[in-house]
Amino acid sequence: MAAATASRSGLRSALPLLAPAYLWMTVAIFLPLSAMVFFSFMTELPLSGKPWAFTLGNYAAFFSQSLYLTLLLASLRLGLEVTLWCIVIGYPAAYVLAKVLKGRSREAIFLLVILPFWSNGLVRIFSWAMVLREGGILDTALNAVLPFKINIDLMYSYPAVIIGLVHSYVPYMVLTCYLTLQAIDDSLIEAGRSLGASRLQVLKRVIIPLSMPGLVAGAALIFVPVVGSFMEPRILGGRTGTFYGTVIEDQFVAVFNWPLGAALSFILLAVVLVILAVASPVLKRAA
Amino acid sequence: MAGVQVSNVSRSFGAHKALDDVSIDFADGGFYALLGPSGSGKTTLLRQIAGFDFPDSGRIAIGGESVERVPVEKRRIGMVFQNYALFPNMSVADNVAFGLSVRGEAKAVIATEVQRALDLVQLGKLGGRRPHQLSGGQRQRVALARAIVTKPRVLLLDEPLGALDKALRVDMQIELKRIQREIRITTIFVTHDQEEALTMSDRIGILRDGRLVQEGPPEEIYDRPKSEFAATFLGDANIFRGDSTGSGIRLADGTAIAAGAGATLTAGAKASCAVRPERIRIATDVGASESNANMLRGQVSKRIFAGNNSTYFVERAGQTLKVIVQNTGIERLAEGQDVVLCWSPESTVLIAG
Ligand SMILES: Nc1ncnc2c1ncn2[C@@H]1O[C@H](COP(=O)(O)OP(=O)(O)OP(=O)(O)O)[C@@H](O)[C@H]1O
Ligand SMILES: [Mg+2]
Repeated sequence: MAAATASRSGLRSALPLLAPAYLWMTVAIFLPLSAMVFFSFMTELPLSGKPWAFTLGNYAAFFSQSLYLTLLLASLRLGLEVTLWCIVIGYPAAYVLAKVLKGRSREAIFLLVILPFWSNGLVRIFSWAMVLREGGILDTALNAVLPFKINIDLMYSYPAVIIGLVHSYVPYMVLTCYLTLQAIDDSLIEAGRSLGASRLQVLKRVIIPLSMPGLVAGAALIFVPVVGSFMEPRILGGRTGTFYGTVIEDQFVAVFNWPLGAALSFILLAVVLVILAVASPVLKRAA
Repeated sequence: MAGVQVSNVSRSFGAHKALDDVSIDFADGGFYALLGPSGSGKTTLLRQIAGFDFPDSGRIAIGGESVERVPVEKRRIGMVFQNYALFPNMSVADNVAFGLSVRGEAKAVIATEVQRALDLVQLGKLGGRRPHQLSGGQRQRVALARAIVTKPRVLLLDEPLGALDKALRVDMQIELKRIQREIRITTIFVTHDQEEALTMSDRIGILRDGRLVQEGPPEEIYDRPKSEFAATFLGDANIFRGDSTGSGIRLADGTAIAAGAGATLTAGAKASCAVRPERIRIATDVGASESNANMLRGQVSKRIFAGNNSTYFVERAGQTLKVIVQNTGIERLAEGQDVVLCWSPESTVLIAG
């Protein structure tokens, strides 16, 4: 009884603290998003002064043209690949940060990992463009070292898009995994070893299961924005860089067909939510 | 099964010497207690034996073979950690099964062995629980079951009974001792509890600031401590300081205290004598048969009644002496009463320094 009262009054006293966040979310996210839902059912933007009517046509367009589905599948694959590379690169980095390095060196490496976060996205992408193109930094450097002549021109290719996206998003994976790995007591690792498990067995049976929440959080934080990404595909992918996200962007900035762009966005949102909903019980069981 | 030989092991963390030239021979199948104040290096010593950490110098052998190049998982040791270190992502049964399962034992074998180990620590019905659903004492027992189920050569226990209440603690002491006898496993047991060390172990080692102060069977350490520290750390002791007379000491006020036969020190050097409180007889006047006994006069300043015994605090020449008397119901001395303390030279230990 007393506990229940206490927790209820706890909620009431927490309200002033929660209010700003909810107010902000209502104004900044909910209202524009509702407007977009509204647009997605219109034939024309009301802003241009043209006559408009309600329609399901924008959603029907997705299903009538196989191009959209193809692009959506390509984007989902891109999201999956980038997420996997982020795990492959980010998890070991997080492990070394959390369990191997101590003190000063940890802080220094941590800074290096966070650095891409602090640099402007466009600057980051264009610096990759300088590295990856023919006669660029990578090409020149490799030819200076290697005895034979090779041509490295990764610019405007699928790998370039992957490299750019992985570079942008890997800090999320490092951070979420670092936090869960940090929380794992070192004595658990020692207990496993004392029971006869090799380092690899301890990793597989103790550390990875215990850091699953970090992996899942990192994967969700990366997968969702990558599937809808357009900047990296456009700049680093060139002609090969047409993805679902770039098509949506086109509707808004080039074709000015906002209703179709909005409808395509919501289809993407629905697909991503379904994927997360299906994946979460599977991942929970694995953890 | 195998004994453990620690020879001249030192380990420093920065400028701090956590272990300083420690040598101990842990006999095969023996039960060895490591005692010492907090920070004296007990855990550090266990970690060297387990292979989690490596000595700066010295040598460690298990079963007669140097383990310098043997990684933890090949040393075949069982360890119970100070904080249990149970795997939170596994059930109790899976925790216990871990060591067998990484070894690739058959499922059926694992199941029976795990059940047997859980029954041994009286947790047979809790196999399905998660560690966070257990009490502190239950967690310690799971940790013990997990450590012994793999049949290790050496069992390392870092204060395994620290979290238990008195009754369960005594139960577990008996249980642990029974298990240890049954599987005849070399056991090294770290504890803060001197009574636990005295009752359970075949031998005791006392550590202080990374050095082995004294080691030997419990009776020997209790009856013949080699230093004031050993005398006061394991059990209670009255310490007298003075100048050596060769087979005893002379206090500052001229009183001579004789030590038992065989005690010899260079006369004139600084020395002290230790006497256990229960070895001293307290009376209101000098008895007849006490001709060769050590004798001091004092005044009772305080008496603490503890059921089966009483502790008297006796003031003498600025020193407070402790005397423990069994409650026979005959004599009770009042506070403020003048008394005579007697004890035999055989009960007196002469300590250099
Ligand atoms: N990894 C380490 N780095 C630095 N100092 C350490 C490290 N491990 C132990 N020490 C130091 O070595 C000394 C011995 O520590 P140890 O853990 O062996 O003590 P202990 O006898 O087990 O104490 P307790 O009874 O409190 O568990 C302590 O002073 C401790 O601070
Ligand atoms: Mg310790």
